[in-house]
Amino acid sequence: MAEVHFTSWLREVVPDGPFQVNGGTVGEALTALFANKPEVRGYVLDDRGSLRKHVCVFADGMRLPNATAFGHAIGAQSKLYVMQALSGG
Amino acid sequence: MSNQLLLGTRKGLLTLQRGNGGWVVARTDFPGIAVSAVLRDACDGAIYAALKHGHFGAKLHRSDDGGGSWKELAAPAFPADTAGSPSLFQIWTLEAGGPQQPGRLWIGALPAGLFRSDDRGETWELVRALWDVPEREKWFGGGYDMAGIHTILPDPRDARRVFVAISCGGVWETRDDGASWKVHGKGLIAGYMPPEQAEASEIQDPHRVARSAGAPDVMWMQHHSGMYRSTDAGLTWSPLKPPWDDFGFAVVAHPEDGNTAWFVPAMKDELRMPRNGALIVSRTRDGGKSWEKFSDGLPQRDAFDLIYRHGMDIDASGTQLAIGSTTGALWVSENSGEKWQLANAHLPPIYEVRLI
Repeated sequence: MAEVHFTSWLREVVPDGPFQVNGGTVGEALTALFANKPEVRGYVLDDRGSLRKHVCVFADGMRLPNATAFGHAIGAQSKLYVMQALSGG
Repeated sequence: MSNQLLLGTRKGLLTLQRGNGGWVVARTDFPGIAVSAVLRDACDGAIYAALKHGHFGAKLHRSDDGGGSWKELAAPAFPADTAGSPSLFQIWTLEAGGPQQPGRLWIGALPAGLFRSDDRGETWELVRALWDVPEREKWFGGGYDMAGIHTILPDPRDARRVFVAISCGGVWETRDDGASWKVHGKGLIAGYMPPEQAEASEIQDPHRVARSAGAPDVMWMQHHSGMYRSTDAGLTWSPLKPPWDDFGFAVVAHPEDGNTAWFVPAMKDELRMPRNGALIVSRTRDGGKSWEKFSDGLPQRDAFDLIYRHGMDIDASGTQLAIGSTTGALWVSENSGEKWQLANAHLPPIYEVRLI
């Protein structure tokens, strides 16, 4: 199962991470996570279900472009980090 | 006279308490997070705070115990099939419905969606009829990259009549609780448009509109290109010509007297700061025929304070006013704006002031 970590800025919203989730892509992993943690979905995705402009996802040490992040393939040992982009600060 | 005020600021929701030594910050909620709008609903005392996270979007919280604890509510969202596929950027204003509508709240947003709740903010519905008006194609941003709704004024005689102001999309009214809308604004002139389009109602930039509860047909507008007054609930507008700058953002109306209003002048739009570094508040008490300006207690040199559109409030008596500036200063007047007392010069940029 992939492991999903959230930025410490979201600790008040999801205090109990990291989370183990199934999924073959970043999008599948996040969808599975949001099913159990709906309270964090709106912090990561906008009304349209897209990654927020100033949120970025790292998978196994690589920053993913927001436009293609959901389709990025991951493995059972993958580590995902959902971070705030400095552009939004 | 109010003893408490709420400030929506760049760095949180501040609650200030009036004591013998002046106003002090009694509490800071949501420290570090921008609070783009704040409301205390007089119906039940609930306080609502709209947050604007730099990274994580617009959020909404409610306190039922005067700020002691907060509950996050579902922020309004544009339905998936909304024309133009918008996404909520910012909650720009929060207002309560009429006294016969407990639990009714309105949100004006960027982009310019109007949202309605009838369950104290637990769920929200986009007012489709306003979003779907054909004129929306002509709206554009004023200060932001998109048009937005910053003023929502339910009619105190009939809360099914609601007036909204859009920058830049003119002023609109529903008389059937949002089912249908008409654009008003005859007499408004947009100096930022080519001459042949300057009088078009649907592209006007009303920075802020205020209405007197005791004389609800009277409205006052600080427009991007001047100041206006209406005596027919916003259908038609007449220009006001004070003997100083007619640019600015903030305006408040006297709660009973339809001839009295206050504005905060600034140099026009390329500059957006007090003329000669001197901050003044202006008042008319005769419907705009004559004007007074007040500077006692306000900085008269080197001031860059701009009072933004939600940065001035007035209490129910019409004698206490407060102004909060973009550079983080707060002043309170307890004699109808004639003299001001500095409450704090070191606050974050202030977006909204609410005397409660």
